[in-house]
Amino acid sequence: MKKNETILLGHGSGGKMTHDLIDQLFARYFDNPILRQQSDSAILDFSTGKLAFTTDSFVVDPVFFPGGNIGHLAVAGTVNDMAVSGAVPLYLSAGFILEEGFPMESLEIIVRSMAEEAKKAGVSIVTGDTKVVNRGQCDKLFINTSGIGRLEPEYEHISSGINIRPGDKIIINGSIGDHGMAIMSARNELKITTKIESDCACLNHLISESIMGCRQIRFMRDATRGGLGTVVAELVKGKSFGLKIDETKLQIRENVRGLCEMLGFDPLYVANEGKVVMVAGADEAGGILKRMKQHPLGTEASIIGEITTEHQGIAWLETVIGGKRIIDMLSGNQLPRIC
Amino acid sequence: MKYIDEYRDKGLVRLFAEEIKKISTKHVKLMEVCGGHTMSIQKFGIPDLLPSTVELISGPGCPVCVTSRGYIDQAIAYCRLADVIIATYGDLIRVPGSTSSLEKERALGADIRIVYSVLDALIIARENRSKKVVFLGIGFETTAPGSAAAIIKASMAGLRNFYVYSAHKVMPPAMEALIDEGVQINGYLGPGHVSTITGEKIYYDIPKKYGLGVVISGFEPVDVMQSILMLVQQIESNQPKVEIQYTRVVKPEGNIKAQQMLEEVFEPRDDWWRGLGVLKDSGLKIRENYQAHDAEKMIEVVVEKTIEPKGCICGLILKGIKKPKDCKLFGTVCTPSDPVGSCMVSNEGSCAAFYMYNR
Repeated sequence: MKKNETILLGHGSGGKMTHDLIDQLFARYFDNPILRQQSDSAILDFSTGKLAFTTDSFVVDPVFFPGGNIGHLAVAGTVNDMAVSGAVPLYLSAGFILEEGFPMESLEIIVRSMAEEAKKAGVSIVTGDTKVVNRGQCDKLFINTSGIGRLEPEYEHISSGINIRPGDKIIINGSIGDHGMAIMSARNELKITTKIESDCACLNHLISESIMGCRQIRFMRDATRGGLGTVVAELVKGKSFGLKIDETKLQIRENVRGLCEMLGFDPLYVANEGKVVMVAGADEAGGILKRMKQHPLGTEASIIGEITTEHQGIAWLETVIGGKRIIDMLSGNQLPRIC
Repeated sequence: MKYIDEYRDKGLVRLFAEEIKKISTKHVKLMEVCGGHTMSIQKFGIPDLLPSTVELISGPGCPVCVTSRGYIDQAIAYCRLADVIIATYGDLIRVPGSTSSLEKERALGADIRIVYSVLDALIIARENRSKKVVFLGIGFETTAPGSAAAIIKASMAGLRNFYVYSAHKVMPPAMEALIDEGVQINGYLGPGHVSTITGEKIYYDIPKKYGLGVVISGFEPVDVMQSILMLVQQIESNQPKVEIQYTRVVKPEGNIKAQQMLEEVFEPRDDWWRGLGVLKDSGLKIRENYQAHDAEKMIEVVVEKTIEPKGCICGLILKGIKKPKDCKLFGTVCTPSDPVGSCMVSNEGSCAAFYMYNR
């Protein structure tokens, strides 16, 4: 890659420049036997059973932030959507919309971190696409990733949560609000000097190791946009059980709390990109927590609440001072373009 | 977090709760007139911890909520001018005007920027000399000194393209008007931030004229509980007075420098409050000396006719006569994502706080 080289409209023309970009950048970093075919479609082996299929677009601003970048996020986000459905993530696609003038060096860093993250998660990026738009018609770059994973029959119920029952425990693998506040602090307009790191990470290994052999995994969801609050509020909506969160059990980093206090955000609703919320039977919750804590992404895991018979259809918080309040779905837009 | 966790101590809160329960014999209604208190009371679930004799009601303490729809309509008219940039605190952006909102206008292409401080609006003015930058000056004695300081700065720097559209208001006339209107209150939780600027003297008339106590309170649960206890003590012993609970921030004399700046830039005028109507000397108008920075004087616009929403009882809620749940629109037609009245928009509004935390 030449120094100071930038993305030109020609890179999206489908001609030689596009081919060079694919060969020298995408194919080089994402290399695998399926991608190497460079055919119009990736051809995948498919045995019987169920597939999990998901897609997500990434428009985060800024594209580089403490703890990650848009590429890192584009892989982790889609891998996590599959993992929390109980699936084993296998393949990803990657579609890029690039703004004319975007530095090639930055694109290379982003593509490299996508490759690294995919390798860590054990998934292959098997197909992709590149488009270039005129300067000003998109902001730097947008990435879409789709993912395909294999879903074992014993985990089919997880995404719907139909087996949840009173007494089940709520587990989360660590602190909340890190990603959203990392993005806020990285935006220049606030001129904040404290460095908050995003928690952006692929959770598939953490999840598979924690739930190994378990029969009472009732539900999982990654607490991204809308945060933990939105996950639990959605979970109980219209259901015949309630959900209690103990505020004293929530982990919130000092700098995240500080920034939230200052800006008037409630950390419950601030986005995470490396947090899974699990509902598990009381008998198995302790074991899951123990295994979770052994994984580097789960050292700060804790049981933060439980499913209750009282307050049906409502998620509520027992506050630090012993009061109660409802946890409702977030309405409006707390923070635009965080993922 | 240091200096916060101490004021969220469960044991201390419980101690105050027990003490309140022990001494409270009369049924009392205590009103908070600061949006920060409304939020804190709901967020921490404070009503849960009080005996049935103590009822908390929310008053007109959210600046967005008491602002007239006509003000929003005029701000929208400004933003439609090609040479205007609107700079505003985030709360105002979603407040519905008669037929539009600043949020909708922004989607249509108006240049509207959210700022965290009026000083950011000054920077925008400096960087966009060919545009008129209009800052929407909203809030009580808390935010008004900021607007005053910005106007003085702009005037000294010759920044002629910086304007303030003032909806600034002062708190005491509203506190008195509520009692004059016969709203049943037994004491006020005084606004902590307003009082930081004004000091305690602006409330002296309330015990004197009306026999009601005012306790200037901080915003953490321990602060609020202690203030409630102080008010209940005053009521039980029949000794209404002005007291400061929030002594770590509020000085009896207030912030003299900020008061001087307010006096320098603003003069009182009669102003319209949602729910209360026109109150004498309750608004802050930019003085003639600084009229070069007064959007109302310097920028001509045609404003559409203001239409008030049907069925919305924000006015009665702001007076503490009705609760959000009494409104037919609450939670059905009017929600935070599609608000009808201003109390549902600002996250300090009674309806929004109730919707979020206590339905």
